[in-house]
Amino acid sequence: MNLDQFRQVSEVEWRVEPFGKMRVPAVIYADAALIREMDDKVYEQLTNVATLPGIVQAACAMPDAHWGYGFPIGGVAAFDADEGGVISAGGVGFDISCGVRTLHTGLKANEIAPLKARLADRLFARIPVGVGSTGQLRLNATEMDAMLRGGARWAVEHGYGSAADLDRIEEHGCMAGAEPSQVSDQAKRRQRDEIGTLGSGNHYLELQEIVEIYDTQAADRFKLLPGEVVVSIHCGSRGLGHQIGTEFLRQMVIAAPGYGIDLPDRELACAPIRSPLGQAYLGAMRAAINCALANRQVITHLTRQVFADVLPGSHLTLIYDVSHNTCKLEPHTVDGQSRRLYVHRKGATRAFGPGHPALPGDLRDIGQPVLIGGSMGTASYILIGTEEGRARAFSSACHGAGRAMSRHQATRLWHGPALVDELASRGILIRSPSLRGVAEEAPGAYKDVSAVVEAADRAGLARKVARLKPLVCIKG
Amino acid sequence: MSQTGEVDSGVAYWAHFPHQADMGVRGVGLTREAAFEQAALAMTAVVTDPTQVVPAMAVTIRCEAPDDELLLVDWLNALILEMAARHMLFSRFAVELDGHRLSATAWGEPVDPERHQPAVEIKGATYTELQMERDDAGRWLAQCVVDV
Repeated sequence: MNLDQFRQVSEVEWRVEPFGKMRVPAVIYADAALIREMDDKVYEQLTNVATLPGIVQAACAMPDAHWGYGFPIGGVAAFDADEGGVISAGGVGFDISCGVRTLHTGLKANEIAPLKARLADRLFARIPVGVGSTGQLRLNATEMDAMLRGGARWAVEHGYGSAADLDRIEEHGCMAGAEPSQVSDQAKRRQRDEIGTLGSGNHYLELQEIVEIYDTQAADRFKLLPGEVVVSIHCGSRGLGHQIGTEFLRQMVIAAPGYGIDLPDRELACAPIRSPLGQAYLGAMRAAINCALANRQVITHLTRQVFADVLPGSHLTLIYDVSHNTCKLEPHTVDGQSRRLYVHRKGATRAFGPGHPALPGDLRDIGQPVLIGGSMGTASYILIGTEEGRARAFSSACHGAGRAMSRHQATRLWHGPALVDELASRGILIRSPSLRGVAEEAPGAYKDVSAVVEAADRAGLARKVARLKPLVCIKG
Repeated sequence: MSQTGEVDSGVAYWAHFPHQADMGVRGVGLTREAAFEQAALAMTAVVTDPTQVVPAMAVTIRCEAPDDELLLVDWLNALILEMAARHMLFSRFAVELDGHRLSATAWGEPVDPERHQPAVEIKGATYTELQMERDDAGRWLAQCVVDV
């Protein structure tokens, strides 16, 4: 993008003052190099978001922003229902509550080195992954609704993990206000056998080694030690969330003119929060959040089973679970005034700073772990929420690297078998049902995640705590 | 894996067009029906090589929308639902249109990971780059971006 379109506030904050129908400014948190690499669509989409009714303070983009659907991916926008604010299905995305969770293994990289291949094979065999894969659970109508109401809590009640896990999940593992009755039969049909499946595309399960600590105090509190191995799981609400996104986007496209909403882009379809359609979407979207939380909880259980088989006595504890495609009602202070806002985060991670009441007791004084995913061959990061991030972008940070090139470009540059061999030579074992899928997801097809994280850190959105390098990647 | 495919006379064909994170699917044909069928084939090609999908089982699809463009997205989304819920891939399509009402049959088979090497599952068809229009040569073009 052309930097001349922005007013530079700092090295990592770039602003567009309102023009035309914009109600608030647009702000991008990134350095000049990252913004230059961004597609022009990010500017167009962010300034479009700033035109929506009831938007508060600013339409924000994170350092990993790229061309999305209506909202840019890496977009954050908050709406006030009292001021006619809207909720947007595109502002949440198709993969509702897609997110990352990371678990301690308590094991050192050199301890698992001789067992790495065995772990990779067993995890690949145990965790359903890729197109057409199914989980072991078959949910009837009653159980489906119970899962959609209960989230990870439902999973724990059914023997998948322990109550201790729930404290380390946003919303304590159960999103309130879920309305399974607002989830269509088609969405439930799509989910019938998909609980406990990883999916495909950029979703993965990785074993990672903690290789660098930037903040020893926060690392101590998160119990992160150099050389230790963690497990990270990246996936979302599977077919149920995709179907809800599809159906409500369509309904909102058709209904928007009736609500007097002038859509600059159909993908920006939305409905007033207080309208029947807005409320129906909220209930369904919250059910999809629970679906994602239950899904990651079941996958965690399967992972623990594999570790217990291969490394008897190992104990995997949850560091944290974050969702990066959501809309949540949160208290925020804007211009000294306390307000309850519907914060859309599309490809953006919530990053609560110290003292936030939503954090579990043992982390409340220091802030929330913010988990940033990598891309097979690159690093992942653990950050911590900051006080200043609250004012910057409603306590939000980036979510990953973001693609730098299309899937076709990637398959022209890389071939699956050669890429798997090359990564293996660097000590990274890949297991995937699709070699073409591996090529499309080549690490080189993504932006430099380190540059994204540096920008988030410098902008004060979240602070770096630790860097992780991949050892094993189970890829869909 | 080719990016385009041609059938019969060479008039009807499918293609992919680039999108940074996802994939654009395009169908071209002498009729709206043919363009819809080719767009569906382009969507299968996002997942796998359509020539490797045996058209062994038939699934019936019906949908209706306020206009042609929304109907295209509805058609692709109906296929995505069937692909996901039945764990199938489709390689042959017969579409009938009556105004903005569609009835179709899609033929395919259950996903075989070994043989199909499915690259990615499709989450949904979107309104991005959505077009349904006729060119000067009388060919229909049906396209949109699918989220993967």
